Amino acid sequence: MTDVATSHDAPASPTAVAPLLTLRGISKSFPGVRALDDVSLEIYPGQVTALIGENGAGKSTLVKILTGIYQPDAGEIAIDGRPVEFGSPHRAAQQGITAIHQETVLFDEISVAENIHLGHAPRTRLGLIDWGAIRGGARKVLASMGAGHIAPETRLKELSIANKHLVGVARALSIDARIVIMDEPTAALSYKEIGELFTLIEMLKADGKGILFISHKFDEIYRISDRYAVFRDGQKVGAGMLPETPQAEIVKMMVGRSVDQIFPKHVAAPGETVLKVEDLSHPTEFDGIDFELRRGEILGFYGLVGAGRSEVMQALFGLTRPSRGSIVLDGQAITPQSPADAVNAGIVYVPEERGKQGVVIGLPIFENVSLPSLKRTSLHGVLRLKEEFDLARAYTERLDLRASSLSQDVGTLSGGNQQKVVIAKWLATGPKVIILDEPTKGIDIGSKAAVHQFMGELVAQGLAVIMVSSELPEVMGMSDRIVVMREGRMVTTLENKDLSAEALVSAAAGIRGEDA
Amino acid sequence: MSVDTLSSGRTRRGFRDLPVPLVVIALAAFIYVTAALATGQANQISLTGLSGLLQRTVALGLVGLGQTFAILVGSIDLSVAALISTVAVLASYLMQGDAGMIVPAILACLVLALVVGVINGGLVACWGINPLIATLSTGLILQGALAAGFTYLGGRVAPEFQALAYQAPFGVPLPVLLLAVLAIVAWFVLAKTRFGAHLYAVGGNPDGAKLAGLRVERFVLAAHVIASLGACVAGLYLAARLQSGTPWIGRDGVYDLESIAIVVIGGTALSGGKGGVLGTLAGVLLFASLDASFNMFGVDAFLKQVLRGAIVIAAVAVYAVRNKGHVA
Ligand SMILES: Nc1ncnc2c1ncn2[C@@H]1O[C@H](COP(=O)(O)OP(=O)(O)OP(=O)(O)O)[C@@H](O)[C@H]1O
Ligand SMILES: [Mg+2]
Repeated sequence: MTDVATSHDAPASPTAVAPLLTLRGISKSFPGVRALDDVSLEIYPGQVTALIGENGAGKSTLVKILTGIYQPDAGEIAIDGRPVEFGSPHRAAQQGITAIHQETVLFDEISVAENIHLGHAPRTRLGLIDWGAIRGGARKVLASMGAGHIAPETRLKELSIANKHLVGVARALSIDARIVIMDEPTAALSYKEIGELFTLIEMLKADGKGILFISHKFDEIYRISDRYAVFRDGQKVGAGMLPETPQAEIVKMMVGRSVDQIFPKHVAAPGETVLKVEDLSHPTEFDGIDFELRRGEILGFYGLVGAGRSEVMQALFGLTRPSRGSIVLDGQAITPQSPADAVNAGIVYVPEERGKQGVVIGLPIFENVSLPSLKRTSLHGVLRLKEEFDLARAYTERLDLRASSLSQDVGTLSGGNQQKVVIAKWLATGPKVIILDEPTKGIDIGSKAAVHQFMGELVAQGLAVIMVSSELPEVMGMSDRIVVMREGRMVTTLENKDLSAEALVSAAAGIRGEDA
Repeated sequence: MSVDTLSSGRTRRGFRDLPVPLVVIALAAFIYVTAALATGQANQISLTGLSGLLQRTVALGLVGLGQTFAILVGSIDLSVAALISTVAVLASYLMQGDAGMIVPAILACLVLALVVGVINGGLVACWGINPLIATLSTGLILQGALAAGFTYLGGRVAPEFQALAYQAPFGVPLPVLLLAVLAIVAWFVLAKTRFGAHLYAVGGNPDGAKLAGLRVERFVLAAHVIASLGACVAGLYLAARLQSGTPWIGRDGVYDLESIAIVVIGGTALSGGKGGVLGTLAGVLLFASLDASFNMFGVDAFLKQVLRGAIVIAAVAVYAVRNKGHVA
């Protein structure tokens, strides 16, 4: 129908299996947007189908329809050729569909085991909840995915973001499903954990499960997927078999143009030192952090997830208290006790987990962007709407935000677009130092280029940037210097000239120069 | 690309909560007019009848304005009823019928309210005590102290002060004007100022607001002070209206629960961050119309309570259904 990738259109599956799940003519509209428009898709048993598309293309909406969270306006869903209807998430689970959602919904105050089994807890013969089975089951599923280090009894809020995410994965897997959907499951995971997740996906494939995999990272998509489907503006614009289709072709389908993967070379002319951190330490998270940040410079922080990079940044932002060490900003020692102190001093932090920490759901986009800048856009405490809009528009446009209006509730934006709102909000405060924690996490390939471009321009204007990133190409493409951290300590600081990826990875993993 | 089409949109801060108040006001008007016509008391729809209706909204409306701030910021204030009684008793005790004591008595009451608000806010914001428990306790303490000390605290307000409650320039009762002015101020603060915008953000997502560099505790504290001040003004009004305060004015008026009810009916989310004072005014108008209609029909007080309860439940149910489509 709307497919353009004619050469890969026919389901040229070598084994010619029948699809497990078939979607036909699915449409879904929200006020002002047609999130899905007459979409058809098949998921085959024992295969991974990658769903690819820009931020706001409709991927998560499709996931929510498949899991009974949204009802489609039109179209039909069939399992094994038999039409089915999902009136509720519970019904979808009964029909054998489970999903790891982009924004995992878990509960901080209850244990890991309870989170995993919430809604489908095993019962004893008397109909009471079988706590033994819950803990045992949780331990088993965690171990099966290489996350045996997470104790089922721990309360969820004690876990790091990455571990919370693993619990979300475990929850999806604890439901014995035939179709497993993963909406950007790797976004919060470290390299090692991603490897374990992929091993698990291979196991699921061997079991004959059908898998729908959503990611913005092409290396992952090529590594794990058998097929792909590309969405653009709510329509399916292409589908086919995977290793055969080159990345450039897919990117072109999804953006409608070819995208330069080359990082914008900003002319590094670092000025005087803006931020000087000496011997910064924390009782449990990090120790002896020393670095200098100069005006007009991007300082990359590389390391595995859990290396303590985010924790260092949180201390700079006044979210946690360091146990010793000093922070000197523009020649003045500061001890931020709260984010308000840090913001006033000129340090801002774009956190990694933006869904919950970054945006205020229920407020429109422009109010979210202007929130920390209201001092500038208001006069004697009275808001000036036009200034607010101008500010919000200027920054969101630069970051390639896709929304129907700036007055739209930020909660109705796609995951990637919410991230852009958070970045826009902090850039708009005009800080001296901006700390970006995984700045392009969950952002599509075209917008990524826009974010990088914008970063380059701001740096050229004299902003100093700290960029925490686990993405090697990003760290190597954007940073002037790179601090490598491992297990809460600085391993080394490298000038980003003639660096090899291997050198960075082995430094971060502690493969060479290892002493303990 | 679609980015160029990012329009400013039509919704503006403050107006986006208009539809709910309008619906509630329409409902109130419908109930009132129907009752007046059905019982053959069409004269109730006259100017005098309406100003009588508005007069009934004053005390609860004043408390409701303050309560709106507490609820918007994600907290709640259960101590308002006890504070109303305390203020009414204190005002009459200090005045002892002496016009010269009007200003000092008002000032003393405001200071008392400030202190109570700071204590409430401090317990909630700085000590992290659940607001239901914290404000219930301060309310109990006030009520207890009042019951114990009342025998020594007799008195009556100055006649000049009392006269204020009965004046009606241009046919509009002075207290109604007071409520209107304070409501406009409250609306302006919430809809048009930086403080208001921050308050919504704190109520909508405290963690996010903290990360945005806001000092969350200060906003919770401020909201509680405003809630106490609202109760204080209501207490002063009741003292003027009734000549003297008694320790049971607040409790008998059920101002704590009713103020929460009207805020909720007005569309303000109990979870905070959503709503506004226009809704609260509509809510109090609905309650007053109901009361007036019941009086016209001569229905007894029990049924009245039952119906009020039913309306609160209906309102909450309607909002829950309306919001359901939005949950991500
Ligand atoms: N509840 C909602 N109300 C209104 N619009 C919505 C709602 N949910 C999604 N949308 C809109 O539907 C479109 C598709 O969103 P969706 O979340 O499916 O995108 P996505 O492909 O998952 O993007 P991302 O890569 O950023 O996660 C977007 O324009 C989004 O703003
Ligand atoms: Mg998504």
